Amino acid sequence: MNGAGDKSLIEKLAATAVTAFAKVVTGVRGDWEGCLPDPRPRVYFANHNSHGDFVLVWTVLPAALRRITRPVAGADYWLASPLRRFIGERVFNAVLIDRNPETRQGDPVTLMAEALDQGSSLILFPEGTRNTTEERLLPFKSGLYHLARQRPAIEMIPVWIENLNRVMPKGEFVPIPLLCTTIFGAPITIADGEDKDAFLTRTRDALLALAPVKDNEQ
Amino acid sequence: MTATQQTLYLFGGLAAVLTLASLAGWWLARRDAKNHPGAEPNSVIVNLNTRIWAWWVMIALIGLAFVFGKSGVIVLFGFASFAALREFLTLTSTRRGDHLALAAAFFIVLPLQYYLIWIDWYGLYSIMIPVYAFLLMPILVALRGDTRHYMVRVAEVQWGLMISVFCVSHVPALLTLSIPGYTGRNLLLIFFLVLVVQSSDVLQYVWGKLLGRHKIAPLLSPSKTVEGFIGGVASASMIGSALWWITPFTWWQAGLLALVINLMGFLGGLVMSAIKRDRGVKDWGRMIEGHGGMLDRLDSVIFAAPIFFHMVRYWWSE
Repeated sequence: MNGAGDKSLIEKLAATAVTAFAKVVTGVRGDWEGCLPDPRPRVYFANHNSHGDFVLVWTVLPAALRRITRPVAGADYWLASPLRRFIGERVFNAVLIDRNPETRQGDPVTLMAEALDQGSSLILFPEGTRNTTEERLLPFKSGLYHLARQRPAIEMIPVWIENLNRVMPKGEFVPIPLLCTTIFGAPITIADGEDKDAFLTRTRDALLALAPVKDNEQ
Repeated sequence: MTATQQTLYLFGGLAAVLTLASLAGWWLARRDAKNHPGAEPNSVIVNLNTRIWAWWVMIALIGLAFVFGKSGVIVLFGFASFAALREFLTLTSTRRGDHLALAAAFFIVLPLQYYLIWIDWYGLYSIMIPVYAFLLMPILVALRGDTRHYMVRVAEVQWGLMISVFCVSHVPALLTLSIPGYTGRNLLLIFFLVLVVQSSDVLQYVWGKLLGRHKIAPLLSPSKTVEGFIGGVASASMIGSALWWITPFTWWQAGLLALVINLMGFLGGLVMSAIKRDRGVKDWGRMIEGHGGMLDRLDSVIFAAPIFFHMVRYWWSE
């Protein structure tokens, strides 16, 4: 198992530096509204606006949970340079997914299910790509559903990440130190016979319901 | 008595008051636990004790800043401005097109304002934000070409800078005043301003909890009462008058100045409550345990500081 035990000192230091930096820039706080931290394997699924999204979720998790929680990320981005490879594979211990069905070797959902079987929790972005539109949340890809079908007992926790898109919009270089919040909702498990559309609608609605209301956005 | 001796006496006095408050809070919590065994602790008492603990931390930080003198105070209030600005702008409706303006506000305007106070350039620090930043912000936003809610977005950044940077910076700006016969003692003016205004907040809370019946601004701040307002402002103004010996003022002048800054502080609290109501939040942030955010603690000082600064500058400085 790729746990914390076999992480080298420099990897641990890098992890500490990244979470400390995230805290300083965003003052991020975790709000456990619908559930409490729990070491059992879980799937945290969140809205995706920025490459820093999983860092924020990771940062607000208690240290013991952080060690067993792995982000699911695109291999094309995280293997693109030696530095990214080090951060993605060694520091965050990411489950790297080849997003291109033509070239990929294993089934991504099987990879995720195996990580859960090994006792890890996952951070997943079911929109499948970063949302750079004016919409608050894109439609979900089917990965979340297939994972829930393969491991129906696993709790899926919606996590709304608020404000990070304002801290670091796409194409900007200087982060604006606005305050970010990550809101953890109530666990969802798939129901017997629940079909793909129903499950994806239910999970997406649960995530949107956590987003703070903004009356001036319309 | 030298300024250093006076400062030591003042911080000693504060520590004594806080010790009494901590003992009282401990006694209340113990009585509550005895009277209701097994029950959840009374939330008002828990909040009171967290607030008292936060006061220990805040006063320790101010004390530490005083040890380093001018540079310490400028750094302390620079950080306070930074925390306040991020709380303020977090609640606004900025868009991607504001990125440059926001970066300029945080990384150019804010440090520049405190630098100008550091080099004592009154002619520029008193107009840099109201004139130059006022004109620069709409230019930077316009250059990005996103006109949606343009006026609202620009006005919110300007408000953020005025409230969180310009007004707050008038606390350390007191160090730049040169008052005949008061050389080397200006730190005590900061002590006077902050202590009087903050004790007015605390005493309004205490009087309100003890005697409060009639709400004074139910639409803005449901916890503020007429009894709390009158009792708090009157008693804090008496504290101000009793502190005349650390200031360049006579006892009645100190009392009058204290009254003015307490009224400004109260009204500042109302204004900042109106903004929070509009944004649908109870507190500005969660930085200070039991109190809320930096702006929740500073709202009264923000409205009192520039007025206090200019009154002292007009009537006392040379």
